[in-house]
Amino acid sequence: MRMTQLILVLASAIALAGCPKRSTTVPEGAGASAGNQGAATAGAGSGGAQTGEQLTAEQAALRELERLGMIIYFDYDRAEIKPEYVSVVAAHARFLNGNASRKVRLEGHADERGSREYNIGLGERRAQAVRRALLLQGVTEAQITTVSYGEERPAAAGNDEAAYSRNRRVQIGYGQ
Amino acid sequence: MQPDTVMTTTIEKRSMKYTFSTVCRGLLALMLFAAPLAHAQLVVEITRGQANAIPIAVVPFGWDGAGTAPFDVAQIVAADLARSGRFAPLERRDMIDRPTAGSQIKFQDWRYLKSDYIAVGKLVSTGGDQHAVEYELFNVLNGQRLAGQRIPSTTAGLRATAHRVADQIFEQLTGIPGAFSTRIAFVSMDGTPPQQRYKLIVADADGENQQIIADSAEPLMSPIWSPDGQSLAYVSFESRNAAIYVQALRTGERTRVSARAGINGAPAWSPDGSTLALTLSRKDGDLDVYTLSLATQVLTRMTFDAGIDTEPVWSLDGKKLYFTSDRSGNPQIYEVEVDNSSKLRRITFEGSYNARPRLSPDGKQLALVHLDSGNYRIAIVDLGSRAVRVLSQGKQDESPSFAPNGATLIYATQDRGRGVLATVSIDGRVTQRLAARSGDVREPVWSPFPARQ
Repeated sequence: MRMTQLILVLASAIALAGCPKRSTTVPEGAGASAGNQGAATAGAGSGGAQTGEQLTAEQAALRELERLGMIIYFDYDRAEIKPEYVSVVAAHARFLNGNASRKVRLEGHADERGSREYNIGLGERRAQAVRRALLLQGVTEAQITTVSYGEERPAAAGNDEAAYSRNRRVQIGYGQ
Repeated sequence: MQPDTVMTTTIEKRSMKYTFSTVCRGLLALMLFAAPLAHAQLVVEITRGQANAIPIAVVPFGWDGAGTAPFDVAQIVAADLARSGRFAPLERRDMIDRPTAGSQIKFQDWRYLKSDYIAVGKLVSTGGDQHAVEYELFNVLNGQRLAGQRIPSTTAGLRATAHRVADQIFEQLTGIPGAFSTRIAFVSMDGTPPQQRYKLIVADADGENQQIIADSAEPLMSPIWSPDGQSLAYVSFESRNAAIYVQALRTGERTRVSARAGINGAPAWSPDGSTLALTLSRKDGDLDVYTLSLATQVLTRMTFDAGIDTEPVWSLDGKKLYFTSDRSGNPQIYEVEVDNSSKLRRITFEGSYNARPRLSPDGKQLALVHLDSGNYRIAIVDLGSRAVRVLSQGKQDESPSFAPNGATLIYATQDRGRGVLATVSIDGRVTQRLAARSGDVREPVWSPFPARQ
């Protein structure tokens, strides 16, 4: 992340020296989506204050969550968590209950059919369904953030049900 | 890390080409650059024209100045008229004569060539960078002079002046103001998931003169023009959450107007430009329509339903908002009174999916996305009779936007899996396609008419 920040600062400095004229290149921040970050960054940012054993335990727990699933899939125009994902959500709830300082980011997505802003609504509804399930299982509000990308960040390209079903999803991500 | 590196390089390369002013404003530290694209990215193709298009001869303009003419005015005029689908300009190779003033026209010759109308003119150098474009329009059948104008122009402004000549000829012969001087904004997307690049682009209505307004690795969406055509509002996910920005096109000055918790989406400018309607979800995830005064930042909630309420658009008098709501179980269009949000009315009843309304310039119709026997298509709903008319023929058509003259709609569709733009005349007879050379283009929005000096 430090590298990213350094590059951003440099890029901003270049841009500011050059000054606004019509077009904007948006700062890219932490560009990777929650699903991509997953366990890769887990624990690494927790700092040196903790012991190696604790890190390993948390890391192991995250690995197990990754194995169980970091993505919840949904049916067309639906936001109910399907039975096969109930245990996955429960596992994430247990992890968050046991690691009260950890925060989770829920990214809701929709397939590409229909209007874009309405699909933002569908993605939000899915993210909220997972959020509510976590809250009901004891996770605190402060631990959860949600975002909806609607159809703007598909996981799969394509115009068929195979792609659509992979895109109707909530990605669960653990940052620092 | 890779995308950041790539981006930095791009900026360095581009900034060498331009000289910059020293004053930087805006709420964010932006990376900004003037960015005309090296080549026209949009290719315009007429996919269906009108069978009875009006034959017209647009004779190459004369040049009254030193050297060769700096610009081919007649070529732009003829191309505009041809793209409208309502005119069939005579090919230059079929012209047996090149008159540049009304007095030189031998009408009999042009009757023989079956042209109903003829436009002639010349480009006059008036010193330095200054020119005058002179043109005259005649009815070939009776020799009547229908229009004549002398328009001053700089060299750089000749393309815009040519579009203006086309606008005037179009209006003279159809009774409808031409929209050739207008612009379109749209979103382009390159790359495959999860490595994608989003750009907000503004181009002339003929696809030329493209400028990148914003460029991001995170989604950009829902662009909309301010009523004066000077700014765009849009949604950007650059902070990893949706936020609404307003960006002035001339200066690049950018303001973040809403970055509240949850969704910040679907911005829509009130007709007087003072207020944005927008969609917020706040913390509980319930999407509702709000209005936000740009001067006072006063936020007013307009809808209170637990379902999805979004995609607001203002009535012409600014007293009502039309919006999409799924409170009935599927998305339909409703209207609400801005001063009394308890006054609510459902507008659409036909079909199980009606979303993303846009009002026609005369305020009498809504264009929207309508599920038509399994296909998402563009339809027009008459606000008086409530009749629904499907205008497009794709499987996944979306984001309709009216030309400011109300004669044409532009929308997003798919062609062999790629996102392209399409236009359709309001009678459904003339269609056009605008495709990028690479990547997807979508969410087209037509600008208002430019201000006339």
